[in-house]
Amino acid sequence: MLFAVLLPLLFAILVPMLSKWKHKIHTGIFVFFIPFLIFLYFIRFVGNDFTPVRQVYNWIPSLGINFDFYLDGLSLLFVLLISGIGSLVVFYSIYYLHVSERLGSFYVYLLMFMTAMLGVVLSDNLFVLYTFWELTSISSFLLIGYWHYRERSRYGAQKSMLITVFGGLSMLGGFILLTVITGTTSIQEMITQTDLILSSDYLPLIMGLILLGAFTKSAQFPFHIWLPDAMEAPTPVSAYLHSATMVKAGIFLVARFSPIFATYEWFFIIVSIVGIATLCWASYMAVRQTDLKGILAFSTISQLGMIMAMLGFGTKAAIFAAIFHILNHATFKGSLFMVAGIIDHETGTRDIRRLGGLLTVMPITATLAVFGTFSMAGIPLPFLNGFYSKEMFFEATLHLNEVVNPIANVIIPLIPYLAVFGSIFTFVYSMYFFFGVFTGPKQFDKLKIKPHEAPIGMLVSPIILVVGVVFIGLFPNSVNGTFLIHAAEAVNNAVEIKDIHFWHGWIPPLFMSLAVVGIGALLYLTREKWSNVYHVLPGKMSMNKVYDGLVKNVDTFSTRLTNTYMTGSLKTYMSIILGTIIFVTFIVMISTNGFNMEFNNLAEVTWIELAVVVIIIIAALATMFTTSKLGAILITGVVGYGVATLFVIYRAPDLALTQLVIETVSVALFLLCFYHLPKLEKRKESTGSKLNNMIISIGFGALMTLIAISAHSTEWFDPISDYFIETAYKLGGGHNVVNVILVDMRGLDTLFEIAVLGIAALAIFSLIKLRKDKEAE
Amino acid sequence: MTETIYKATEAILDGTVFICFIAISISLLLLLYRMIAGPTSPDRAVALDTIGINLMGLAALVAIYLVTPNLNDVILLIAILAFLGTVAIAKYLEKGVIIDRDMD
Repeated sequence: MLFAVLLPLLFAILVPMLSKWKHKIHTGIFVFFIPFLIFLYFIRFVGNDFTPVRQVYNWIPSLGINFDFYLDGLSLLFVLLISGIGSLVVFYSIYYLHVSERLGSFYVYLLMFMTAMLGVVLSDNLFVLYTFWELTSISSFLLIGYWHYRERSRYGAQKSMLITVFGGLSMLGGFILLTVITGTTSIQEMITQTDLILSSDYLPLIMGLILLGAFTKSAQFPFHIWLPDAMEAPTPVSAYLHSATMVKAGIFLVARFSPIFATYEWFFIIVSIVGIATLCWASYMAVRQTDLKGILAFSTISQLGMIMAMLGFGTKAAIFAAIFHILNHATFKGSLFMVAGIIDHETGTRDIRRLGGLLTVMPITATLAVFGTFSMAGIPLPFLNGFYSKEMFFEATLHLNEVVNPIANVIIPLIPYLAVFGSIFTFVYSMYFFFGVFTGPKQFDKLKIKPHEAPIGMLVSPIILVVGVVFIGLFPNSVNGTFLIHAAEAVNNAVEIKDIHFWHGWIPPLFMSLAVVGIGALLYLTREKWSNVYHVLPGKMSMNKVYDGLVKNVDTFSTRLTNTYMTGSLKTYMSIILGTIIFVTFIVMISTNGFNMEFNNLAEVTWIELAVVVIIIIAALATMFTTSKLGAILITGVVGYGVATLFVIYRAPDLALTQLVIETVSVALFLLCFYHLPKLEKRKESTGSKLNNMIISIGFGALMTLIAISAHSTEWFDPISDYFIETAYKLGGGHNVVNVILVDMRGLDTLFEIAVLGIAALAIFSLIKLRKDKEAE
Repeated sequence: MTETIYKATEAILDGTVFICFIAISISLLLLLYRMIAGPTSPDRAVALDTIGINLMGLAALVAIYLVTPNLNDVILLIAILAFLGTVAIAKYLEKGVIIDRDMD
């Protein structure tokens, strides 16, 4: 199974080589066999007596991260959709993409995506699932931005990337929490520990984070906004990723985790409300679109909302209907996208206002579109699979599990009405799609290309999908036993086995369907009259505006925030650094009770020390207030000599020697460069700035003084200097303890101080000598 | 007897050193005044030079006070450095540079 999952990725390595011959043989022909082989591999698992298969391949066993593939009914359904529709899409793309396009890149991305998607649905390991999940985001990003020279493509790619990766990262958070709580990384093992998860304090957080991942990926309200913009991708990509597979990854995730969360009442509330809201909003918005793919994008969103809502209901009938609709939606939506691609390809436009009257010109395409759109609308005809799942959906809305929660009690009675409301608009846009394109006045003069029927190769894939629509419509029970029951079992253990019939008698769902058709037809015929309603809602309200504003504001806000502290002035940085040190150290010292003042073991102060210290203090103060440059450096020299005197007094002759030399050399160096320095002027500073400087410098001085006093007052252990004094001659062979320490006991420090000096010397030399401007020569 | 003389000598020495300490400190403070007050840079340069000389004295006194020969190097070094420093400052004040470029 590992090989089946990784096969597309491995084959992708060969694709760039194959694409060199693209003018002789279309690269897609080689690629076509890959998903087809995978489809053949997985189709042999199908059967009425299917049992789940598990295969584990070690990857990082120490972290519990392994390729842990678990093929149950749900995975099998998705795997067959991915590989089956994948084959059809690749076949379709052979005719859709011209050889002048960058075919190599296209198929590499597509195969990458295929592996990622197979990995998502087969992984039982959370982190492997997450890895493949992000790979779908990345490959989807690449595919949406395939025509990267178009501004809208780049915008759409970036938008989908930001939104889905945001969700993906949230999901990772949820996964980590789950792993921490259950101590396992396997989803199936987590399902056995459902009680533990449900009793956890973090349950709302876990569920929220995972649902965020699912909602963003499956384009649920309000994260649906990336999907319409993803329509900038080539049509085969839209058909594959944005109708059949990737957008169902979120659905898959919710279905995967519903055995864990199903009994949690907030799961029902959130998923149902979001699903129903998505269904209504997107179907309402789809009617407004003028781009064929725009209509299909919103239609996808709304159908996904419907599936999501059914998963949220969590009743056995609803889960069954959701699974059924996943299959149905993949068939008719895939075919519709391909139809839209054909229309685009053969007429040169996807704008529904410029299309019309194509029925006689493109009869085969029109026939395909009839099945697709009517199935999508859920029209009660016995050969359309959309009707069955829609009827089941209506039935599910009427028989919801009772949940004792004030919010749930409010929404449960509303759900059937909302479902009907969303379905009415579904009907309207489906009719609009079909009749707007294929009937009405012919306006071919507005088209760039003279429309004609598509080549037969292009029609094969949609024909196969439409045959699927009709086949499921005519013989719904053939997929029931083989797919649906096993898939529903994986979601909801004890599934009721029921036969799907076209005719159930005069039951409420049928009346709901009839109402949808009736009111929908009425609304479709009068749509010119009520289209003003879109000026009221959404009007100015749009999630796109929120997104754009968010992206722009985050950008401007962070620029502004950075500009407040990255001023380019060293003075500001210095005050920030020192201020932080003062603030943090004071807090630490006070909170740990670190200040310690003891004055009982101090040495006596002698006159001479006092005199030198007074001189140093006066000189230091004078340095701050002097206006003469030379004066300042000479007075600093006094401070340095004063320190040398202190070394003398405190019996450190070596230090005194060094200090004197260094002080003199520094003064000389200052004098050397003073000639070249600009005149020191008294800078005009505001009193606030002066006050700030004063507070910081006094604070820092006070802090250091307090720390020094505290350090002196605190003695945790004896100093080790006795050892040096005792052993300097015995071990080091020298009477000068300081020098023995420097070169013998701690010679390594000295070595690197020598290195520092060497580096400094070399640096100065190169600074002076190496100049790019000739002027310096 | 010799011990009494020795003690007396030591007392005289200590007293002298103490007095000298005070004298040098006062002199340093006065030099510091000159150093800060200026008014011209040569004033300061001379003050710094004299501070160096005074520091030599101070170091010598400390050496006597601490009864150690280890500070003799310091005294000599101060002498050399004070000389070098003063020459450098003087040259700077005179020419604006300390090390002349080659006059080719």
